[in-house]
Amino acid sequence: MQELLKKYNSVKTFEVKNWFRAGTIDQFPSDSGACVKYNDKQIAVFNFTRTNTWYACQNLCPHRLEMVLSRGMTGDLNDIPKIACPLHKKTFSLIDGKSLGGDDLSISVYPVKIEDENVYIGFTD
Amino acid sequence: MKKVIVIGNGMVGYKFCEKLVSRSEFKEIRLTVFGEEPRPAYDRVHLSEYFNETGADDLQLASRSWYESHNIDLKTTTMISTIDSIHRTVTDHKGNTYCYDKLVLATGSYPFVPPIPGADKKGVFVYRTIEDLDAIKSYALKLKENGRSTAAVLGGGLLGLEAANAGKELGLETHVVEFAPRLMPRQLDDNASSMLADKITGMGLGIHLNKATKHIAGDDAITGLAFADDTFLSTDMLIISAGIRPRDQLAVSAGLLIGERGGITVDNKMQTSNPDIYAIGEVALYNNMVYGLVAPGYEMAEVAADQICGGDKRMSPSIDMSTQLKLIGTEVASFGDPFIENESVSVITYENKQKGIYKRINISKDGSKLLGGILVGDSSDYNTLFQLYLNEMKLPEDPEVLILGSRDGAGSALGNVLDLPETAQICSCESVSKGSICGAILEGNCCSVKDVITSTKATTGCGGCKPMVSDLVTETLKSMGKTVKETICEHFELNRQELYDLVKVKNIQDYDTALNEFGKGHGCEICKPVLASIFASIHAETANRQPAIQDSNDKFLANIQRNGTYSVVPRVPGGEITPDKLMVLGAIAKKYDLYTKITGGQRIDLFGAQLYELPLIWKELIDAGFESGHAYGKALRTVKSCVGSTWCRYGMHESVTFAINIENRYRGIRSPHKLKGGVSGCIRECAEARGKDFGIIAVDGGWNLYVCGNGGANPKHAILLAEQLDDETCIRYLDRFLMFYIRTAAPLMRTAPWLEKLDGGIEYLKDVIIRDSLGIAGELEEEMESLVDRYTCEWKQAIEDPEIAKRFRHFINAEDPDENISYVPLRDQKMPKPW
Ligand code: SRM
Ligand SMILES: Cc1cc2nc3c(=O)[nH]c(=O)nc-3n(C[C@H](O)[C@H](O)[C@H](O)COP(=O)(O)OP(=O)(O)OC[C@H]3O[C@@H](n4cnc5c(N)ncnc54)[C@H](O)[C@@H]3O)c2cc1C
Ligand code: SF4
Ligand code: FES
Repeated sequence: MQELLKKYNSVKTFEVKNWFRAGTIDQFPSDSGACVKYNDKQIAVFNFTRTNTWYACQNLCPHRLEMVLSRGMTGDLNDIPKIACPLHKKTFSLIDGKSLGGDDLSISVYPVKIEDENVYIGFTD
Repeated sequence: MKKVIVIGNGMVGYKFCEKLVSRSEFKEIRLTVFGEEPRPAYDRVHLSEYFNETGADDLQLASRSWYESHNIDLKTTTMISTIDSIHRTVTDHKGNTYCYDKLVLATGSYPFVPPIPGADKKGVFVYRTIEDLDAIKSYALKLKENGRSTAAVLGGGLLGLEAANAGKELGLETHVVEFAPRLMPRQLDDNASSMLADKITGMGLGIHLNKATKHIAGDDAITGLAFADDTFLSTDMLIISAGIRPRDQLAVSAGLLIGERGGITVDNKMQTSNPDIYAIGEVALYNNMVYGLVAPGYEMAEVAADQICGGDKRMSPSIDMSTQLKLIGTEVASFGDPFIENESVSVITYENKQKGIYKRINISKDGSKLLGGILVGDSSDYNTLFQLYLNEMKLPEDPEVLILGSRDGAGSALGNVLDLPETAQICSCESVSKGSICGAILEGNCCSVKDVITSTKATTGCGGCKPMVSDLVTETLKSMGKTVKETICEHFELNRQELYDLVKVKNIQDYDTALNEFGKGHGCEICKPVLASIFASIHAETANRQPAIQDSNDKFLANIQRNGTYSVVPRVPGGEITPDKLMVLGAIAKKYDLYTKITGGQRIDLFGAQLYELPLIWKELIDAGFESGHAYGKALRTVKSCVGSTWCRYGMHESVTFAINIENRYRGIRSPHKLKGGVSGCIRECAEARGKDFGIIAVDGGWNLYVCGNGGANPKHAILLAEQLDDETCIRYLDRFLMFYIRTAAPLMRTAPWLEKLDGGIEYLKDVIIRDSLGIAGELEEEMESLVDRYTCEWKQAIEDPEIAKRFRHFINAEDPDENISYVPLRDQKMPKPW
């Protein structure tokens, strides 16, 4: 299972080689997440309607390695946007992927851009 | 500048730093700390939590930047190998030399490994550092991969049992081997120990007493233990927990006075035989004793820091050794002198074999003083007893109420916590007195438990004093005419009841409006479900109206399982089901290949449905006449029934009919926590109704209504609210009771703890519900009636509305299911592949 984790590496906006079109804005529920398939990866995309911002991360929760993060609850901790895993409620920053619960788990995060009502996720592959 | 060097950065060494930096004299001090371990000091007391979900960082007592910000030179992974007390220098293992004016030895202790042949074999461990635990964990994993799974712990003391529990949590079959004829020989008497042994065996641990280990068998790695009585225990690994020995080698080489059985001799100033050298913590021998507990170590740290700053603080002449055992799945505590037995002492014991409870208190013959005691199976009275003992307080007329009483809700034997003397030590780890806790509040520096913890550090040691600290805070605030406020989270500085009232009075309809009007920020996984529950209770809305704020289970109207699949639980009111409906469940389970099990709530759970399958399965269920069982919500779950007077020869009334009516009445209603009910047809109580939030029992002349019970981790029997009610009155009282609870309870607080917190307890509840003392009974009934009238099955809503159905796709851009889900066979069914 650990193999799965290796598939996911954070991407910074300036590194993006491929902006993958995931869908249109209205396909993504407001103030929650949805899961996008990109080759053999599962990416969770979050639409923070309240602040009009978008984030993406691996769908795989690093705690027990289940494909569930897109089904978690969004929120913020001192203005850091975060996602709480639906299985054991571990929370992760959607800015740098670090755990907000003080452990050393972390997730990979990906840039999102919106153009003409389309949602794009940035990858290096 | 005075140079102070500390050798050892463990719990006590750290406490010394903390005490020293808080002194004004610290400006004149250069502090250097050496620690042999690779990381800054961490909380060894809670070491076992490292096996759960705690990371090493959670255990850390202070970060490296804390040391930096106080100009403390912390050198980790550095072991001091010699002390030159003539030239006042220390030398580390790399040969670097450092000068000191004052030296503090806080080198702690090491686990004692008895000289048993074979103790150097692979698979033999000790239990003291994070590295030890890492090694144990990875060895255990390797064992399991190779299909082996037994562990043994040598030593049945406090630490040994904790290590054994850890073995069990790692999924190993674990045995405890003890040389003495009983467990925890230093804290427990024979009765207590045998009660504990029964409890622990019941939890699946093996106990082997009276066993002297002759040698450790195995070629390269351990395979078992051979005992002096010629018996043998096979095991794949061993954790040795046979006591500790002070790490006093450095002191020996420095020519300091050492006790006969080890430990650096210190006086009540913590000074060793060399006045420039102090010793504190588990390496120090004070009163001819080494204390293996943090509380005395912390006091030593404070004394040494004061002495070095020129003060004259002294160590208390006698050290309290009271302990509460944690983390073994049952409660154990001992305090004072647990064993004392002579003609000037009377011993009172209480024993309940069935429940596994043993309590003993030792009282002076004249009944005036508590001298010590033991609690096994239920240590809820520990804090009270400990305070009575420690402060030599006057005991009640019949001292037996101390261990038998208090159950009838008459409150604690202490009376009001504010009656404790100001000097009463509440947190012994951090030595915080009642005076400093109450003072912090009275002086206006603190106004919540959280503030008090930050300012006094109370509860941050073993945490055992937490209930008493929060009682003190509440009572002090009350005495000042303030009410205690538990706010929901960083986004709402309100408690649930206030938020409930605001939503209702201002007729708020959605989460964003509530956040804009009464909150700040953008919400989180705590406040969203709280508001979702409030909206449901006030506007009778289902989880489908505002999916984004529902707890993740409510959002998908199903409980998520270990592997990310879901369970399906249709409602089976009262547990009554026709053969036809049973066959439907069977057919659907078969079609979707779902694992099927009868639940503890008299219905059937179908496990292993993938997200996209949920609406398909529910469509078939609803077509067959089923509806949501709300097994995923903080809502009414089940009303359990017994067969009652229709079939049972003892039945007094029709319990099934009544249970079905009640379940159908309250189905779908959301509440601060889940709600369960039960109806029994006679006092034999086959429906276990008194283990529920509301329980109804048929008696001559009507129904008895009991409220506020639950099973779960802290079982409580429901308490009688009213007797001999007819159907209608019973339902009227239930309406009022449930609505009152829904309005006033804190988030995730079940009815039993809610009643416990309710001022005036059951008598007050009777006033409100039966005698309508608040004049709100009519309102409560109307609110309930409106919830009942507006019930809709949210699964029916979900399958009928294509917008809602979209929620149940795994991918937004592909039809594929999640390919990572995999199962293994289990008997004739299946289960998720283990983690
Ligand atoms: C399925 C079932 C076990 C079984 O196979 O029998 C079960 C399964 C779960 N229980 Fe339970 N409980 C089940 C009966 C019980 C009972 C027995 C009963 O209801 O008579 C109890 C003790 C009685 C009580 O609640 O007072 C019980 C006390 C708990 C508790 C502890 C509650 C407490 O106040 O201490 C939790 C934790 C919680 O709710 O926070 C819990 C939580 C859970 C959860 C929801 C944990 C979770 O979040 O995943 C489990 C969900 C499994 C699933 O996905 O369906 N379950 N659980 C039972 C479902 C009954 C039903 O038909 O709805
Ligand atoms: C699993 C476990 C559970 C426990 N539970 C409880 C409990 O519930 N209640 C309770 O009161 N107590 C409990 N204890 C005991 C408590 O942890 C100790 O009393 C406490 O840690 C002692 O602190 P210390 O600083 O004296 O020693 P330590 O914490 O052992 O620190 C000593 C440090 O000095 C370092 N050191 C030693 N020699 C040198 C050297 N020459 N150079 C540099 N560094 C050196 C060591 O590596 C170590 O890091 C428990 C202990 C364990 C292991
Ligand atoms: S007791 Fe309940 S919560 Fe615990 S494992 Fe069993 S079903 Fe899950
Ligand atoms: S699997 Fe995500 S928190 Fe446990």
